[in-house]
Amino acid sequence: MTLAELNLDLKRLPAPLPLWRAGVDATQWIVAARTVAQSGGRLVALWGCDRSGGADAALAVCAAYAVKEGLVWLDLPMGDERIGYPDLAGIFPFAGRMQRAAADLLGIAATGHEDTRPWPNHGAWPEGYLPLRRNATAAVGSMSPRPLQDYAFVRVEGDGVHEIPVGPVHAGIIEPGHFRFSVVGEKVLRLEQRLGYTHKGIEQRFTQLAPLEGHKLAGRVSGDSTVAFAWAYCMALESAADCAVPQHAQWLRALMLERERVANHLGDLGALGNDAALSFGLAQFSRLREDWLRLSQLAFGHRLMMDCVVPGGVAVDLDAAMRQRIQHQCDAIEAEVGALATIYESHAGLQDRFATTGIVAPPLAAQLGLTGLAGRASGQRADLRCDQPWAPYDSLGVNIAVHQNGDVAARVAVRFQETFESLRLLRALCDKLPGGQVRAAVEVPREPAMGAGWIEGWRGEVFVALELASDAGIRRCHCHDPSWQNWPALEHAVIGNIVPDFPLINKSFNLSYSGQDL
Amino acid sequence: MWKIVRQIARAGIRTEAPPFASGEDAQAVERIHKDILAILGQALAIREVDAGSCNGCELEINALNNPYYNLEGLGIKFVASPRHADMLLVTGPVSRNMEAALRRTYDATPEPRLVVAIGDCGCTGGIFGESYASCGAVANVLPVDVTVPGCPPPPLEILRGILSAVRRRR
Repeated sequence: MTLAELNLDLKRLPAPLPLWRAGVDATQWIVAARTVAQSGGRLVALWGCDRSGGADAALAVCAAYAVKEGLVWLDLPMGDERIGYPDLAGIFPFAGRMQRAAADLLGIAATGHEDTRPWPNHGAWPEGYLPLRRNATAAVGSMSPRPLQDYAFVRVEGDGVHEIPVGPVHAGIIEPGHFRFSVVGEKVLRLEQRLGYTHKGIEQRFTQLAPLEGHKLAGRVSGDSTVAFAWAYCMALESAADCAVPQHAQWLRALMLERERVANHLGDLGALGNDAALSFGLAQFSRLREDWLRLSQLAFGHRLMMDCVVPGGVAVDLDAAMRQRIQHQCDAIEAEVGALATIYESHAGLQDRFATTGIVAPPLAAQLGLTGLAGRASGQRADLRCDQPWAPYDSLGVNIAVHQNGDVAARVAVRFQETFESLRLLRALCDKLPGGQVRAAVEVPREPAMGAGWIEGWRGEVFVALELASDAGIRRCHCHDPSWQNWPALEHAVIGNIVPDFPLINKSFNLSYSGQDL
Repeated sequence: MWKIVRQIARAGIRTEAPPFASGEDAQAVERIHKDILAILGQALAIREVDAGSCNGCELEINALNNPYYNLEGLGIKFVASPRHADMLLVTGPVSRNMEAALRRTYDATPEPRLVVAIGDCGCTGGIFGESYASCGAVANVLPVDVTVPGCPPPPLEILRGILSAVRRRR
């Protein structure tokens, strides 16, 4: 597909990646969605906003699509919530939950969308409270919380069918969420998720922060993707403020992003071994992860590199000695991971649990919009670092890791491959790091401005849409985690598997609760 | 099999000395054992509850289980049910949607129960504060024995917090 086929008045946003924006009407909204779907593009995010008080119409719904040329941000002003907007869930199934979230947060509804159950709102918020409306009060004192409400799970009926409720407090040290299994014996007939337990009002909180402080909140949308979200937020702010980031800082950001990817892959590879009863794997990989985090602490002053990506650049510089140390660590970790990869591959018990477990076949993955790491393990060839290589990835030549089997084994294999590739990239980033400033000054514009950031985090593509108000405050900041796309696909991945394999399948996706609950 | 054994032998024992309130000494591990036994009469069992965190604290609590910290060697383990727990390790901010689940977990924990709030958000509400969706600090929902600030606190700080909560019960 070419952008011209969309037949829209697209305006390019200043950003390192190709990003366009256009206002649409309801017809164009639905035609664009169909055109993108038919040509193999994907829906990245859907969110709503309230712009009352300005010159624009009050309520609007936005969608971001990834197409061959880049990202297209469409904006449908609705004026009034009674009008509604055309449903996209019929074209992109995973849009349903995002539409339900927009309904809870802003009171805007998709016309024709059958599932009108609340999503982040579990009933405890004050009656009729719409937190993202411009007139929503932020005063806590005047609000009386209400009891939680029951959720209408889909019931599976038949001989011998029973339900297993799990959560929100899970058995392990993980985030909260509720899983409702309908099973016959050990076999899972259906899994239904209920999320939103960690909804803590991030999007409303953004509007209370200064734009130059927002990266800290973005970096806490999902703790394991702090670099990805902070970078995406900063890219959005720099895009709105038309600020050029020094090359040196761009490279250091990529260095941190790849370190974050390796840290998460090391953790997951260990946990996956453990979930398949090979505790040796957890001991070994968690040791490597600890070595990795300790060097991050030394190099950047924070084990997870929180608050190290800042508007205009980065907060820390690396000297030659530290770069050499990072390179040496990459060599050491590569050798260790290589040895462990051989053990994982030749371990019959482990492979028996991994192979053919939790399959999402490529056609289903395409239909469900499976994205990121899990998507690549199901034949979905998409990685922003390869498809839209921005600096410094344009000069590094990232090799994509793709598998076709779509099972736990494929998701493990993609993690191994990506770890090796990131180690290669890290050495190159240290080796060829250009000199220069670590940070440029960001002038926050005094008139309303829009910006967007788009980054391939370790889990998949992270997207941030930012709107600045005329008083140099944040009018709306929407952070999108790829878990929105992949949670519904997990419901399909477990069908027909046995209950004890669920933790393994779940871990192989390792999706964010906080990132989608917001 | 021999590859696994070789890897274990090659990696060696990586456990480090635990953090002590008063310098490093050889009897410290023994003293921690004694303290835990004197106060609880058994190994310390901890139930972790994420009451709405960004998952950063969970990453560091998980790191506490890696070979460097040898938590189980000190007589401390994480358990799957609050009914088996002596201590709740709670990360926050406590979201409104998790408030009831957190209270129920607390009620299911047998006395004497300790509560340790982990991270800036668990201590004060952190960057998320209090809002329609967030109750803020863990102490706004449960009685808290010890707080461990940090965003997220590194594993050693979490371990220090756990140990000081145990000692305060003396």
